[in-house]
Amino acid sequence: MADVTQNATENVTLTVNGRTISAPKGTLLIEACKQHGIEIPAFCYYPGLSLQGACRMCLVEIEKMPKMQTACTTPIAEGMVVQTESEKVVQARKATLELLLANHPLDCPVCDAGGECELQDMTYKYGAGESKFIDIKSHRDEQQWSPIVFYDRPRCILCYRCVRVCGEGMDVWALGIQNRGQGSVIAPNKGDSLDCEECGMCIDICPVGALTSASYRYKTRPWEMTHVGTVCTHCGDGCVTTVGVRRSETGSEIVRCDNRDRSGINVDFLCIKGRYAYDFAANPERITTPLIKRDGKFVSATWSEAIELVAAKFRETLAASGPQSIGVIGSNRTTNEENYLLQKFARTVLGTNNIDHHRTADFPSFARAIAANKAQTASMSEVATAPAILLIGSDPTEQHPLLAWQIRTAVRRRSSRLYVVNANEIKLTRQASHIAKIAIGTEADFVSYLSGNTAAAANLGTAPEVLEKLRDALSAESGLIIVFGPELRGEAIDALVSYGSRIGAKFICLADYSNSRGAADMGLYPDLLPGYHAIAGSSRSALAWASKVPATPGFDLTRMLDGAASGAVQALWVVGSNPAARYPENTAFSRPFLVVQDMFLTETAQHADVFLPAAFAYEKAGTMTNTCGDLQRLKKASDVHGVKSDFEIIIRIAEKIGADVNELVPFRGHTFADAGQSRGAQSGEADRNAVFTEARGLASRTSPLDPLITLDEISKLVPGYAVSRLDLAAGNMQRTELVQIEPAGIPSHPEMVEPAGNALFTSGTLGRYSTTLNSVVEKHRNAIEPIEAD
Amino acid sequence: MKFSEQLEARYSEMLTHYPVKRSLLVPFLLYIQDEFGYVTDDSIEEIAKRLEISPLEVRNVISYYSMLRTKPSGKYNVQVCTNICCQLRGGEEMLGHVREKLGVKVNKEVTSDGIFSVEEVECIGACSWAPAMQVNYDFHENLTPEKIDQILDEYRQKAVQE
Amino acid sequence: MANLVSHPDEVKVVSRRFGQGATNLDRYLELDGYKAVRKALEMGPDAIINEMKASNLRGRGGAGFPTGMKWSFVPKQSAKPKYVLCNGDESEPGTCKDRLIFEHDPHSVIEGAMIAAIAVGAHAAYIYIRGEYRYLLEIMQKAIADAYARGFCGKNIFGSGYDLEVYWHGGAGAYEVGEESALMESLEGKRGIPRIRPPFPAVVGLWGGPTVINNAETLASVPHIILMGGKQYAEIGVERNGGTRLFSLSGHVERPGVYELPLGFNLRKVIYEVGGGIANGHKLKAVVPGGSSVPCLKPEEIDVALDFDSMMKAGTMLGSGGIVVIDDHTCIVKFALRTIQFYRHESCGWCIPCREGTDWLSKSLRRFHAGAGVAQDIDNIRYLAENMLGRTFCPLGDAAAMPIIGFIKKFREEFEAHLDGRPCPFGQHAASALPVLSH
Ligand SMILES: Cc1cc2nc3c(=O)[nH]c(=O)nc-3n(C[C@H](O)[C@H](O)[C@H](O)COP(=O)(O)O)c2cc1C
Ligand code: SF4
Ligand code: FES
Repeated sequence: MADVTQNATENVTLTVNGRTISAPKGTLLIEACKQHGIEIPAFCYYPGLSLQGACRMCLVEIEKMPKMQTACTTPIAEGMVVQTESEKVVQARKATLELLLANHPLDCPVCDAGGECELQDMTYKYGAGESKFIDIKSHRDEQQWSPIVFYDRPRCILCYRCVRVCGEGMDVWALGIQNRGQGSVIAPNKGDSLDCEECGMCIDICPVGALTSASYRYKTRPWEMTHVGTVCTHCGDGCVTTVGVRRSETGSEIVRCDNRDRSGINVDFLCIKGRYAYDFAANPERITTPLIKRDGKFVSATWSEAIELVAAKFRETLAASGPQSIGVIGSNRTTNEENYLLQKFARTVLGTNNIDHHRTADFPSFARAIAANKAQTASMSEVATAPAILLIGSDPTEQHPLLAWQIRTAVRRRSSRLYVVNANEIKLTRQASHIAKIAIGTEADFVSYLSGNTAAAANLGTAPEVLEKLRDALSAESGLIIVFGPELRGEAIDALVSYGSRIGAKFICLADYSNSRGAADMGLYPDLLPGYHAIAGSSRSALAWASKVPATPGFDLTRMLDGAASGAVQALWVVGSNPAARYPENTAFSRPFLVVQDMFLTETAQHADVFLPAAFAYEKAGTMTNTCGDLQRLKKASDVHGVKSDFEIIIRIAEKIGADVNELVPFRGHTFADAGQSRGAQSGEADRNAVFTEARGLASRTSPLDPLITLDEISKLVPGYAVSRLDLAAGNMQRTELVQIEPAGIPSHPEMVEPAGNALFTSGTLGRYSTTLNSVVEKHRNAIEPIEAD
Repeated sequence: MKFSEQLEARYSEMLTHYPVKRSLLVPFLLYIQDEFGYVTDDSIEEIAKRLEISPLEVRNVISYYSMLRTKPSGKYNVQVCTNICCQLRGGEEMLGHVREKLGVKVNKEVTSDGIFSVEEVECIGACSWAPAMQVNYDFHENLTPEKIDQILDEYRQKAVQE
Repeated sequence: MANLVSHPDEVKVVSRRFGQGATNLDRYLELDGYKAVRKALEMGPDAIINEMKASNLRGRGGAGFPTGMKWSFVPKQSAKPKYVLCNGDESEPGTCKDRLIFEHDPHSVIEGAMIAAIAVGAHAAYIYIRGEYRYLLEIMQKAIADAYARGFCGKNIFGSGYDLEVYWHGGAGAYEVGEESALMESLEGKRGIPRIRPPFPAVVGLWGGPTVINNAETLASVPHIILMGGKQYAEIGVERNGGTRLFSLSGHVERPGVYELPLGFNLRKVIYEVGGGIANGHKLKAVVPGGSSVPCLKPEEIDVALDFDSMMKAGTMLGSGGIVVIDDHTCIVKFALRTIQFYRHESCGWCIPCREGTDWLSKSLRRFHAGAGVAQDIDNIRYLAENMLGRTFCPLGDAAAMPIIGFIKKFREEFEAHLDGRPCPFGQHAASALPVLSH
């Protein structure tokens, strides 16, 4: 369905229930009414999906029309006179509900959707509570279609939302409608099971409890949960997900994640990870007490024992071998505040620039190119409305599910053009208007070709006409967004941004994890400070604590590991990262004094001398920056006894080392605080009181553990991060831009970029601890190579 | 998966009828059924591939049309109409008679020798010549129990001879 | 093969060539075949449409929409190709007339479709025939092939420079596919789910192109109109209802069959004279005069003219021209039950009121007829049916509800006679005799 309201200039005036209202020409009656606060009930209508006119709940009376009309399919017209609550209309709704309920099992007391069911709500409103029908209801048994999806036909009202969101929205087309009449059922594509992306969109879009998820079924009632809107901890796209938690003996338990309230940049989208891969939090393998290795074995310790040991070892090492002998490896999944604090700690307390992280994109080159060309980066939201998108490399369907959704939305609803340049046949080519399949590893040559170097075409292995057509079409686009994957690095990025900025394009550089961009922006680099200020550059003086930063760049990750292996690095602190999985051959991990902060005994953690059990994203407050530079707020949703946030752990170590904590987190006299305890009110909405007081600095608690104090410091020092606190607190995404950065001297090390290679059902080390992801991976593996009984 | 030469010829001819390939689906499924006795899983995959639609889509369509089936019927599918005009003139009795004679009870049941299946159907367009039935595609009208006996015997003989 | 009948009151226009061997192209040509299309080519679109308007021909599919007017809605200019679609899905219970046309005079349908195409500027026509009519589809395939062999269809027809392709297409069992927008879906290889309207087929139809959809009998009438002139055709019928219709007479009459009678012909006469009266010496109890979808008439209501307007005034509809005669030995509740079971089986299931309504009507009526009814059921059944009227996605819901409302209104006492556990007064129990139709 095309977006009719786009570019509409003309307004149409009509009368609804005696009120005069107006809306852009082409608006559907149901939408025009909604805009004016007149609610017309509907089951099958769903904004953004194709029109059905099937449920007949939205029938209204329109003057001069002999029959009632469906408001969901009727575009408004000048002078239309409409009744949406007349006796006739209300009676029709009631009768339709009676019919639906006649066969409905009415198992509301045990139904997952009970309490958030559209059929319940409407029955309540239109009072079809009594049944006239005494015949036996049709029954069918429930079916499990996949590790995730269950279907309960008797509850299904056949609104076809699931079928449409799966097909039109996800481009998966795994659901169909079979049989006809009363026998109609929603059917999965493999007869009795589903082969799909397991996104769960169908479950959340279901207005009743016909589709339910394995993870949430029969677990709890919606009103027994606290709902907190926070940011997904998996890929770099930054979906908002509403976490439903309830109290448990371990603190609290996450019961589900969804995005029913359609808040956030992702509106109604979440992929399998955002919706179901929260379960690692409750994995029995999770460690919730600090561990110290004694005689090659881990033994439980108290937090103070563990912290003291770490502080003592760090102090000892500094004293014995100097700051160059300690290395720090940061995380792609910790918050901006934690990352900022970690590097500040390394640089000002330990006095070393030996800090790095797992780089999954060449952000320094990107920042340099953007700043040098005064080009703009694009937000995730903008992609859905962009008239044209050029995608070089990556496979968003697998690696950036939200981005893929945004691209499909643009193509489907705005008829936007998608240009795909890729060495592989990625799924998004189905939406593409131009496709250039190029030889592996020739993305940079393609950029060179675009920039005018026709000779570079020779390397691409693509037919010259295809390239020419694509290039010419591109040059005619305005409002283009260029998205590129980790295939492009270093100078190729400079060339691309330089080409794109000439035609007014905006850019997105893709990185893999939820806060990869934040880690880069916060300066988890041996040669870059927060905001891409070069260690050696002049702009570093912007930092209040610049004088404490060693003047020469530190070791990068590989050199730290080499150092550890050779003995040059004697203490290594790994925060939320698992380098041993990526460098399994490396002997570095067993030699130095190794401190690991994580949730699980990962490959790296196995070697640790001290293991500090950490909270993960849904258990803490702070901010994260998605791969596009969209800054969003994390809210603490759940709690697990025994663990601590990385932020707190860093502060505690600093304190034990004897550092001035107030210098690390200038909390004294500070007023912005919530002690890391921010929680939204029920149903994922913002807590208005908290939003107001916080934004005005009226919430007068102070604590060194408050990450938002650090955000204040970040806002002052990191270009682009001076965002509206009110908007951020209200749960709105805030843009960070890279333009004010001083490009000169930003070094880049393309060779250090190593994509994580995550796919739809994997999410680095964390993903391996998700039962849901494992069950889906397992199912797909079995589907490919059936296991033979021996 | 192979179609017979005749079916292939039908396919190629029908392709030329329409601006969009998929349009041939409904009638062609019936031709597939004629060839294999029902629409087999293989042929669903095959036709889906040819028409560039998903097998699910093909199944959605098959399940909509009452003549299409995905399980075998008898060699002769006896379809007795009991809709109003036939009902008025004894359609139900005719259905009862056929069932009794062939020893089947439930709708679409196949006789143990596989020769017949019996299906109660909706109006087949023989209202003025009721009661009526179709055996495969052949119409038999103005039925009486005796006439039915004779008709079924003939089919049985044909089946045995082949 | 269906038997032919005749009666002196018949006026044979569409059925003129029945029994004359006109499936043979040469024979068809002898009987004035393919003259009308040549004439139409000379007349040009505007003149054809004017002639059609003058004929007062109203659609024979059921709704009775004026054909000339329908054709005139097709835009002259269109970016997408235009199409003509012949509706030969004939599935309305009580209707078996298109069958005879396909069997005896297939070329008249081809010719009619061609004239419609020329009138609206279409270059392709599709003749859709229900799947059960396989032998008719084969007759049609041969007729089309014969016409191509003579160069009547295809490129440059009759040397006019006009290209016109004619194709056959078969269904696979679905009443709902007779509904025009569902018919297009089916022809596009999809489930027969009707489309949202507007846009109407005349503007956005097959594959998005403007499309004229007409019933087979409507199209078979067209060549005759072109040859005899619209005015003369109109005069056969009555005001605003031009020409003749094929009436399928069925049920408890002495001489059931398909008769061609002028519009405006008296219903009582059809039953008692043309049809030879009620069979077996029984008495008339009710008539369903326009296919199963219309409200019935009681014996005292049958002095009515068989034309669209008079029938409407009489509280029923001319519909598809299927006249089902019910004698006084029949249980109306059972008849109503069988009627609703049909709609339950055929509902496409798309919209709630139709899908659930037909199901509950059928459940309630079945229980009721089996003797387990309670007094409140009668009003509930009526309430249910009335709440389907005008609210479903397509007219199938109305078609299911209208007859039921009619039966309850007119035969309430018979419903009441089933109450209190009393056996069906006619001894016609539903439970055993009526197995549920399922997929
Ligand atoms: C449920 C339903 C079934 C129908 N079945 C048929 C049919 O079998 N044959 C037919 O010609 N028209 C049928 N119609 C009517 C068609 O929608 C359409 O009005 C007709 O084909 C138009 O042709 P006409 O104007 O020549 O009558 C049906 C309508 C409905 C609502
Ligand atoms: S697309 Fe990325 S951010 Fe969004 S839910 Fe999936 S993993 Fe989380
Ligand atoms: S919302 Fe209009 S019919 Fe369902």
